[in-house]
Amino acid sequence: MPITRQHELHVRRSRRNLLLAGLLGGFVVLIFAITVVKLSSGQLMEAFDHVVRPSLLEGTNDG
Amino acid sequence: MTGATAEKFIVEADFDDYVTLLKPRVMSLAVFTAAVAIVAAPGFVHPVIALASILFIAVGAGASGALNMWWDSDIDGIMMRTRNRPVPAGRVRREDAFALGAWLSGFSVVMLGLTANFLAAGLLAFSIFFYVVIYTVCLKRVTPQNIVIGGAAGALPPVIGWAVATEGIGTAAILMFLLIFIWTPPHFWALALFVKDDYADAGIPMLTVTHGNRTARWQILAYTALLVPVSLLLAFSEVGGPATLLAAVWLNASFLSAGLALVRRTDSQSNKDGWTAERRMFRISLVFLFALFAAVAADAVLRPILDGFLHWPHLV
Repeated sequence: MPITRQHELHVRRSRRNLLLAGLLGGFVVLIFAITVVKLSSGQLMEAFDHVVRPSLLEGTNDG
Repeated sequence: MTGATAEKFIVEADFDDYVTLLKPRVMSLAVFTAAVAIVAAPGFVHPVIALASILFIAVGAGASGALNMWWDSDIDGIMMRTRNRPVPAGRVRREDAFALGAWLSGFSVVMLGLTANFLAAGLLAFSIFFYVVIYTVCLKRVTPQNIVIGGAAGALPPVIGWAVATEGIGTAAILMFLLIFIWTPPHFWALALFVKDDYADAGIPMLTVTHGNRTARWQILAYTALLVPVSLLLAFSEVGGPATLLAAVWLNASFLSAGLALVRRTDSQSNKDGWTAERRMFRISLVFLFALFAAVAADAVLRPILDGFLHWPHLV
């Protein structure tokens, strides 16, 4: 039997892997879109990390 | 390669089998009701955030479906209706169904928390816990009230959707919850009437098995009647409007008349005509929920147009 011969099983696995790759790609695009929306809506992306920063204080972001 | 090994390879899972594990039809109910709640709730949600939130709610609902199939694989193999599911059919291993369900549960909750807010994520986590632990593990094989109490899990998606939009829980969200909660028993008992033997064979104490079809018919009618005040209140709630009121009147009339037809029938009559009235009741129950939520969505779209010349009374 030639080593290149494809069993139905390989076709099935390949289809499964391709669809999974598509899902993962879609997830990356989704996370990118969420990030863009959150950043462009002006949400504060810095969390409190036990160091007082001016940007975390009320009234300092008003310009 | 031995015959047994060859057989094992032949039944290796396809991608569709993993999709089936997520119970896409149940998922569609969660997606639709959550989406309507997001659209109808006051306040603006960015379409990308709304879409992503609905997706993560769907994944959470699917994850609980996979965990349900993991736990119930033994009885699924007995019932005609579920015998061909991936686990009992041998296409997906039981432990793989568990792994998929558990990972997707954690993933959906964390992602919903990061995308929307942690109230919505907490509610999603609670609904998965309720469906898997309270309904599937504790109630399903123990009491005929299994689907009555377990229905709470399926009723939570609009509350989650509302939380996504408002970061809170409002009266309208509670009414949407009640609507699905009360709708669940007549929906599943109508199904149980014509697949009764399936449940009996698997030892599931559905009301039709423990108390008989006569009791189930009357209970279906009682829950159908309870839907009337809840749906009318929804029509006069924050999310209500003329479309919801019209839909509620029309849908309740047809649901009630189908319920009345059920109590007027005997099992021998049903056997003769192939349980047509029971099947009709099941179909009407599906239309009832989808049409009523569609009407709520329609009112949300129409509200800005109608607000100029129609003052709709919001009683709750």
